[in-house]
Amino acid sequence: MIRVGVVGLGKMGLSHHAMLNAHPDVDVVGVCDSSGYILGILQKYTGVPTYPDFVAMLEAAELDAVFIATPSRSHAALVGTALERGVHVFCEKPLTLDVRDTERLSSLARDWGLVTQVGYHNRFVGAFREVKALLDAGAIGNVTRALAEAYGPVVLRPKGATWRSQRNEGGGCLYDYAAHVINLVNWYVGEPTGVGGTVLSRVFSREIDDEISSTLYFPGERTAQISVNWSDESCRKMTTRITIWGTTGRLYADRQECQAYLRDTARIPIGYEPGWNVRYTTDLTAPVWFYLRGEEYSAQIESFIQRVNEQRVDGVNDFTSAAATDRAIALMIADARTGASMLADGVTGAKPTRGRRVGGLAWLHRRRGRPDPAYSEG
Amino acid sequence: MMDRLLFGDNQFFGVNHMSEEKARSQLLRFQRIEAVIDMLDAAYDEGVRTFMCTTHDRIALVCDHVRSHPDRYADFTFYPGMPYAHKYANAVTEGGMLGAVRRFLPDEGVMDAAIRGGTSFAKRDIEGVTTLLVDAEMKMFAGLRAPVIFLQNLVVDLLLGLGFKDAFRIFAEHVMDRYGAEPGFITMNLPALLDVLEDLGIDNPIVCTNMNKIGFRMCGGVDAYEAALRDRRFRAVAMSVFASGAIQPREAIEWVCSQPNIESIVFGASSVANIRSTRELVSEYWTDVTQTARPLRSDDRLPV
Repeated sequence: MIRVGVVGLGKMGLSHHAMLNAHPDVDVVGVCDSSGYILGILQKYTGVPTYPDFVAMLEAAELDAVFIATPSRSHAALVGTALERGVHVFCEKPLTLDVRDTERLSSLARDWGLVTQVGYHNRFVGAFREVKALLDAGAIGNVTRALAEAYGPVVLRPKGATWRSQRNEGGGCLYDYAAHVINLVNWYVGEPTGVGGTVLSRVFSREIDDEISSTLYFPGERTAQISVNWSDESCRKMTTRITIWGTTGRLYADRQECQAYLRDTARIPIGYEPGWNVRYTTDLTAPVWFYLRGEEYSAQIESFIQRVNEQRVDGVNDFTSAAATDRAIALMIADARTGASMLADGVTGAKPTRGRRVGGLAWLHRRRGRPDPAYSEG
Repeated sequence: MMDRLLFGDNQFFGVNHMSEEKARSQLLRFQRIEAVIDMLDAAYDEGVRTFMCTTHDRIALVCDHVRSHPDRYADFTFYPGMPYAHKYANAVTEGGMLGAVRRFLPDEGVMDAAIRGGTSFAKRDIEGVTTLLVDAEMKMFAGLRAPVIFLQNLVVDLLLGLGFKDAFRIFAEHVMDRYGAEPGFITMNLPALLDVLEDLGIDNPIVCTNMNKIGFRMCGGVDAYEAALRDRRFRAVAMSVFASGAIQPREAIEWVCSQPNIESIVFGASSVANIRSTRELVSEYWTDVTQTARPLRSDDRLPV
């Protein structure tokens, strides 16, 4: 049995706890949260040992692995503490808010031979896996462009009481929603070599971004557009969409289905034919031991637990892979500060050139007495 | 006995497990509550008189309509399933766990709620809060017939996973005591849930779960589900029998109707033709599917 602890009993932490608790190879031997109410209720009704303090849990519970689902700001310290004690780590996304932390933790885990994973669950969604398989099989030839979208109804009014509405805690749509689709683009197209046209804008929030658009640049003139909005009431729940164009076809996927248009010239995979093809989640989804809110959430835990069992350091969404997403996010934040690259009045664009950073739209915002819409990294 | 065919509401709220495009076209189709009511009328006139629904805000409009036309809907029966999960999930994202609970506590009888709710949290006793939340969800069904009240799978399976067994007992007792209704449980993890309900002494529970030939979202596998139907004591309501359209209707119905001990099938439809064809198909395999109107008893409606 693998002894697991869970830190942070919000929406993600509780759902991880429930799935882990139901897993036949796992003992949940401790849960940790800053809320005495939640701990008290869980302790009383489920009997799970509870700890208000993370280090106390690490010292007492003899953990093999820990699941960290706290506000993003706290990830770096908690992950570091766990790794230093030789505990395998599953951490919610984004891994950290500072690329230097991410890279330090990634190499720390590697040096110690510890298993790591970040909760980019879309890589376990059947339809998104099918896209990856089709790309790897060369079904649409050379990829030229991708469009990665996510929409949902999280912030629909100008208030919010949780850490997700606070810039300093790592809240905001970029970290919460966009990270998922950036991570998919990393999987499908690779790590961007540049970023342009990033806009992090507010719809209702005071401190944080609700809407994001950006272009990621890749070698070989390939690009990916990011279009994300968590203030979109037209979507019942988070909706993630990927479209990829290639020289011999086009792929589209959401959580439910994968559509492939393949030209006559395409290398047609077995089971596919020229023209339109559709595969549904009912075909693409493997059964799981316990279902709570989508097979992908169970499947990502299963993958992590198996890797811990086999002491397999490399795997889907390990820290090294997730670091690419954190780096892309950092580029986007920096890019957003530079504003438009060409202005209508003929003034030279604001892109940083050869190390020189010009104010751009950030300057315009300041002039109009509005705060800079981009994040501060600090 | 429950009716053999229950009408579900996924199609009204854009829940489609196969296609977001189809979900959206259904949302468009049922944007006006009149369209929903037309479909319920069609089902009712086809003899499908039980509406198994979530506690989505729009269901309150259906409730108002049925309440105000008692003659038209003499046998109309609701099986509420609570809560409408996304309402809570989005509220949790916005307001945190406790914030979400506070938001859905009833605003009427504030004193009562505040006292019960306040001490409940202080005593870390989930019982008072659970019953308050159930009451809040049930308000829309006042004066209507709701003899079975379901707990939705997201909540059932979360509690099941956490090992929060007492919550099932609290829910069951409250539903029986306060509403004179039978508790029902929706789950994606049938074998595991049956074990827990048996441990709790909840005898012969109503359990609604996916039952389809391809094993879609049947955790534990088709064999374990077939064994449960054969060997375990519970009243099965089959859902997702068509696996969101992945199985041809006849093949799907033939399989599900040949399973032992399924009491009811819940299905959704967006057209009169679909309701009729499903009813006709089921009646080929289940001879007792044509439902006769039950005599109306005055005492089986909830107080207003």
